[in-house]
Amino acid sequence: MADTVIDPAIFAELQEAAGADFVGELIATFLEEAPQMLAELRAAQAAGSADRFRRAAHSIKSNANTFGALRLGEMARVLELGGLITDTAPIAALDAEYARAAAALQELSGG
Amino acid sequence: MADSGARLLVADDNKVNRLLLGRSLEVLGHRVAMAENGRVALEMLRRERFDLLLLDMEMPELDGFQVLEQMVADAQLRDLPVIVTSSLEGVSNVARCIELGADDYLSKPVNPVLLKARINSSLEKKRLRDQQKELVKRFATSEVAQDMQESGFALGGKRVTGTVMFSDIRGFTTLVESQTPEETIELLNTYYTLMFDAISGRGGVVNQMVGDGLMAIFGAPKELDDNCGSAVQAALDMIELIDLFNVQRVAEGRPPVHIGIGIATGDMVAGYTGTQTRATYTCIGDAVNVAARMEAHTKQAGRPILLDGATREAIGERFVLDALGEVVFKGKATAVPVFALQMPGRDKL
Repeated sequence: MADTVIDPAIFAELQEAAGADFVGELIATFLEEAPQMLAELRAAQAAGSADRFRRAAHSIKSNANTFGALRLGEMARVLELGGLITDTAPIAALDAEYARAAAALQELSGG
Repeated sequence: MADSGARLLVADDNKVNRLLLGRSLEVLGHRVAMAENGRVALEMLRRERFDLLLLDMEMPELDGFQVLEQMVADAQLRDLPVIVTSSLEGVSNVARCIELGADDYLSKPVNPVLLKARINSSLEKKRLRDQQKELVKRFATSEVAQDMQESGFALGGKRVTGTVMFSDIRGFTTLVESQTPEETIELLNTYYTLMFDAISGRGGVVNQMVGDGLMAIFGAPKELDDNCGSAVQAALDMIELIDLFNVQRVAEGRPPVHIGIGIATGDMVAGYTGTQTRATYTCIGDAVNVAARMEAHTKQAGRPILLDGATREAIGERFVLDALGEVVFKGKATAVPVFALQMPGRDKL
């Protein structure tokens, strides 16, 4: 498990493959979309929909790994595989980790 | 690469994934369209031509598995290569994609080097498949090509009741001697175009062309409701087209051409004969021999279209026929009744 919020090697690879400018746009898109995915995760939990819950966690995992936000990705993966839960604590933890990743990504794309 | 002009469709419900994959593909020189779920992807695939689909599995409305299932069931989409790009958990899910016809699987985040290699390989496979299909179409009829695609190629045949037609140009040798080889080729090409139109227009399949002669089958590989009626109607269309062609030829100062057509119906074995490496679709049976003899007999009979008894029985009163009596054909032990189709105002060959 990575200690850093964003794995620098993965992020650098992404920038090299897609171009730094494009990755900036991609981050902006992620920061727009991710709050909706997190909201969907909570809504799915409230509605008791295992399918929606799994799909939302899957999306967060997939995007987090793309940017090298490995801890966020792993937390989302645990939710994806674990199925629907009633406990809201793991989702709050995911929110907090997302906030850290978002801040780090914003800094990376600004710099 | 860019010059391949490949058109790719990316189906992914996640915007970040869609943009990133689209970008990676554009960098590789491809043209990319996007669909945000499986239903939209299928609609686009049915509306536009694509060379490759990159398919995510977890999608709302229709997921990737359902898209693969629908593609397998659709003859138009069955051969389109699909690369699954997903972060699916579990080998069984990946195996299920491959079983459903996906060519390849790339896990997300997609490695650009792998992406390039897999896409090129899939496109190359598709190119070869398309080329093969093109070749099959050129050297076999579309019905035979369809049959081969659906049931695969195997030597041997199946029993069918069909109607066979033979046709050729009367006095072709004399005609060839009176003109240049280039003129003969041009004549043959026009002749075959007209005959193919008439025959396929009535559901028949031309399966052999030799010199100025052709053999056509009505009822195999595609079943027809009315083999005999279709064959007779096609014969009338052929004569009519040749008459029109002759008006043009005579106006150009060339001699008219005349054709003779023999038709016979019966049980036969239809299928591929030859070897594993070189085969042709054909029919074997007594009716094939009878039709060939009928066609040869049009010359002696002086009538352009001759039929056997089985065909006559099947067409009933729909066409006016003259019974020409029984004829013992070469290689046949017993005499066969011969009927000539009446064509008002055009009974002479």
